[in-house]
Amino acid sequence: MAKSSKNIIDEARASIKAIDIDEARRMLDQPGTVLIDVRESDEWRQGHIPQAVGIPRGFLELRIEEKVSDHKAPIILQCASGTRSLLAARALKELGYENLYNLTGGFNAWKDRGLPWVADRAFTQDEITRYSRHFVIPEVGEKGQAKLLDSKVLILGAGALGSPTSLYLAAAGVGTIGLVDFDVVDLSNLQRQIIHTTDRVGIPKTESAQKQINALNPGVKVNRHDVRLSSENVMGIIAGYDVVVNCGDNFPTRYLINDACVLAGKPLVDGAIFRFEGNATVFYPAAGGPCYRCLYPEPAPPDMAPSCAEAGVLGALPGLIGSIEALEAIKLLLGAGKPLIGKMVYFDTLSSDYVRVLKIRRNPDCPVCSDHPTQTGLIDYEAFCGLAPAANGAEHAAAAAGR
Amino acid sequence: MPIKVRVPTPLRRFTGGVDEVVADGDSIKNVIEDLERRHPGIRERLLDDSGELRRFVNVYLNGDDIRFLNQLNSKVKDGDDISIVPAIAGGR
Repeated sequence: MAKSSKNIIDEARASIKAIDIDEARRMLDQPGTVLIDVRESDEWRQGHIPQAVGIPRGFLELRIEEKVSDHKAPIILQCASGTRSLLAARALKELGYENLYNLTGGFNAWKDRGLPWVADRAFTQDEITRYSRHFVIPEVGEKGQAKLLDSKVLILGAGALGSPTSLYLAAAGVGTIGLVDFDVVDLSNLQRQIIHTTDRVGIPKTESAQKQINALNPGVKVNRHDVRLSSENVMGIIAGYDVVVNCGDNFPTRYLINDACVLAGKPLVDGAIFRFEGNATVFYPAAGGPCYRCLYPEPAPPDMAPSCAEAGVLGALPGLIGSIEALEAIKLLLGAGKPLIGKMVYFDTLSSDYVRVLKIRRNPDCPVCSDHPTQTGLIDYEAFCGLAPAANGAEHAAAAAGR
Repeated sequence: MPIKVRVPTPLRRFTGGVDEVVADGDSIKNVIEDLERRHPGIRERLLDDSGELRRFVNVYLNGDDIRFLNQLNSKVKDGDDISIVPAIAGGR
């Protein structure tokens, strides 16, 4: 004879230990105890116990291994009142979990006792749909998505690397994207700068990029910085951002943004391209990694390092490197995985074994990021790179800007 | 003792466009000297007038920067993998 729901609940009660809130709190003070909230996502969003891990009942058997691999770990199951969590505990028992407890009274009792609870960011229905593929990734989830929506990323350059970087960051829901570029869209950009369009030739790149970003994701706030980055303005511009992404195209700017990020203690995601070749890394001395100057203490003289305008660059290559830059920025914002700190991925895409992961290290005598820096402020980067300072330098850098 | 050396795009005009060449030598320094014999002109792009590695060029021996090994005197052996990675500025 088929069992009634009452039979099933009674059976579960007999085999799962019920605990009250005081007992649950004592257990949660012990390391290793896991509290699983099995209510639905919309209930979870309205409020949950701070220590709880949310796995809706319908996904419990599918996701429990990801969250708790140790079958002997003490697990407290919790729902709104204690019934769904009882059945959830029974399901985990069938999966071989041995140390299961059901929280009597559930979240309602917890809340009624005046104990602390938190409500996650309230997502709009549009956001829930838009970011649904992020919500199911354990490393992102609703918590990670909320972090992305509250984060601010500055992208230096709205060109070849800046196009995929800013589009993917916008698509991912990074709440504020700053774009630094003083250039206008040119027809010769469109072979690789996929954020711009033919009908926007002649308008400022930041304006063109803003249109595309907001067409993709209207929720993203775009800050346009239509300026040439300089020693005078850089600190003010980077101040409000969590992560800086270098999509620039010349040595003076690379050293300038490096030094500024070291001084401000900000992570700098870096990428560079040349024809079929490119590399990406994260410079973050505050987290123990090297800076750009540790890697290349001095710039290449102009005659030994032709720009993209002189040497050419393949259209799809910045797609690869810029996407890695976006990915690294997202990892940093989420605190997920291991960022490319102290590692450089190097691609030579013409060859068939084209990836190398190179170890890069902090220079203990680095003039900028070492413990005893000899340079504690910003300098004249045009002069440092062997380019004439002032007016001539600006012209030279503009000529090397890949237009 | 042939060592494989990966040549970056900007230096391939010295190697006839080839991205991976072989050179002999028991140290990075000697490998570079042999590279110069085989591909004249490449040495000057790697080393300065005093014979030191240029500060905008990195050489990796099996993925490790030789500046943190024994610089140009780092020993190499058959089967080692050398990559030359100069600073590149492009992004637009």
